[in-house]
Amino acid sequence: MNFFTHFGKYLLMLKGMISKPENAKVYWKEFMHQCSDIGVGSLGIVCIISLFMGAVSTVQTAYQLVSPLISKTTIAQIVRDTVILEFAPTLVCIVLAGVVGSKIASELGNMRVSEQIDALEIMGINTKTFLVMPKIAAAIVTIPLMVILAMALGIYGGRLAGEASNILSADTYDRGLMQNFMPYNVTFALIKAYTFAFIISSIPAYFGYFVQGGSLEIGRSSTKSVVVSCIMILLADYALAALLL
Amino acid sequence: MIEFKNIKKRFGDKVVLDGVSHVMETGKTNLIIGTSGSGKTVLQKCLVGLFEPDEGEIIYDGRSFTDMSQEERKLLRQQIGMLFQGSALFDSMTVEENIQFPLNMFTNDSNSKKLQRVNEVLERVNLVGSNKKKPSEISGGMKKRVGIARAIVLNPKYLFCDEPNSGLDPKTSMVIDKLIKELTTEYNITTIINTHDMNSVMEIGDNILYMVNGKKEWTGNSKDIIFSDNKQLNEFIFASEFLQDAKTMRMLEAQGKMDGNGNMVNK
Ligand SMILES: Nc1ncnc2c1ncn2[C@@H]1O[C@H](COP(=O)(O)OP(=O)(O)O)[C@@H](O)[C@H]1O
Ligand SMILES: [Mg+2]
Repeated sequence: MNFFTHFGKYLLMLKGMISKPENAKVYWKEFMHQCSDIGVGSLGIVCIISLFMGAVSTVQTAYQLVSPLISKTTIAQIVRDTVILEFAPTLVCIVLAGVVGSKIASELGNMRVSEQIDALEIMGINTKTFLVMPKIAAAIVTIPLMVILAMALGIYGGRLAGEASNILSADTYDRGLMQNFMPYNVTFALIKAYTFAFIISSIPAYFGYFVQGGSLEIGRSSTKSVVVSCIMILLADYALAALLL
Repeated sequence: MIEFKNIKKRFGDKVVLDGVSHVMETGKTNLIIGTSGSGKTVLQKCLVGLFEPDEGEIIYDGRSFTDMSQEERKLLRQQIGMLFQGSALFDSMTVEENIQFPLNMFTNDSNSKKLQRVNEVLERVNLVGSNKKKPSEISGGMKKRVGIARAIVLNPKYLFCDEPNSGLDPKTSMVIDKLIKELTTEYNITTIINTHDMNSVMEIGDNILYMVNGKKEWTGNSKDIIFSDNKQLNEFIFASEFLQDAKTMRMLEAQGKMDGNGNMVNK
């Protein structure tokens, strides 16, 4: 199948997803379940990478800014802006594409191959609505929250590293954070986060939902879904930067 | 009653169903039999709409399934129960949650009422006390029974079973056959069973459709089978010498030339 067939089928899946839930209570439960799966499930890894990316940015920025003419507070500004603009949304979402994406694709793939999707369909349930929509909705709710958390932790990680390696004191760092702050950067990062959240959940859902074959194909399509999601994230990242900055 | 006419289905160049017509009767166990790959599963999936047939018409008690909109089909499906070849239990849920799922989705009953119904069907399939087990913790035969329990929990009018006793020992598979037969007569369900199990054919074959290469080859009931001279059917059903002997004995018995104990009667 070529790109256009896939893309068409993907759009049809998204269209088919929009219908009235058979029972609001069951759907709500499924949505909450997905929020905890997608959100709480990947909280640990998000915390770790954001602390470290902030720390590494501080150390590396200091290493590159050797001139005594440049005030130390600049380091904090640079760390703040790179974390908010790029690291927190893009890097975190690329990692989440692996964690969340492979999980969504293999869960749906397994349900397809073991005929659980058929079983739901035969009960008179719209499986696109019941299985795909709560996942996308949960991703759109939880992933931007995690990106905000990653921003805070990234900046905090930078502060810790600055102190620990005697680059700049916490006071100087805090003063730097206040200088030339542009709230629009946060808005922009959140626009990115919502876009990526949609990519991370809908593309693996597509690959998982339409798996054909056996367990081998589940693994294959889960890998494929992660690769495609990552590429789409990077393309969207570039497109948004070109459009909105 | 489910009637279907001239069902055709192909995958690519491969013709899987080549114009099959038949009537599945209410309150009876209707069997679709045939070798592996003869198109039994595809036919069943066409009947419930999991596959769209290329040609032909399907009628559920006078209502054309073929012409129904998606919404109408969804409504009809709430009256359909289906047992899949691999049971297709939701593996993230316990036995109880699996069976309760259709109730949660389609009724507004209180929790205690739903639980009562779950326990009722669990008792029906002889699985009392397995409520909290996960599908991964139970045997193949138990999975099939949970599958049946889930399929009948909403009191369906139509029950589809795809090889309900494949992979089970003869005793368990007889228990399952008997259970399906009882449910069918008790609740007057139109039951359709795919099987290539010789025992099921003889025990519960009220109305048998024998398929070869996606075509109807023979129809009749388990008694007719004994007297059929259809060569392919005989080779399929009475595959071993042992079964051929059994057939001969049954024939003689039916003709009154042998009594129930296998002794020849002299007339
Ligand atoms: N989704 C599918 N795509 C292509 N071919 C299929 C599909 N499902 C079944 N077939 C083919 O249809 C034929 C009949 O299959 P099936 O109905 O599963 O046989 P059985 O009688 O054993 O249940 C087989 O040759 C199988 O390869
Ligand atoms: Mg089959």
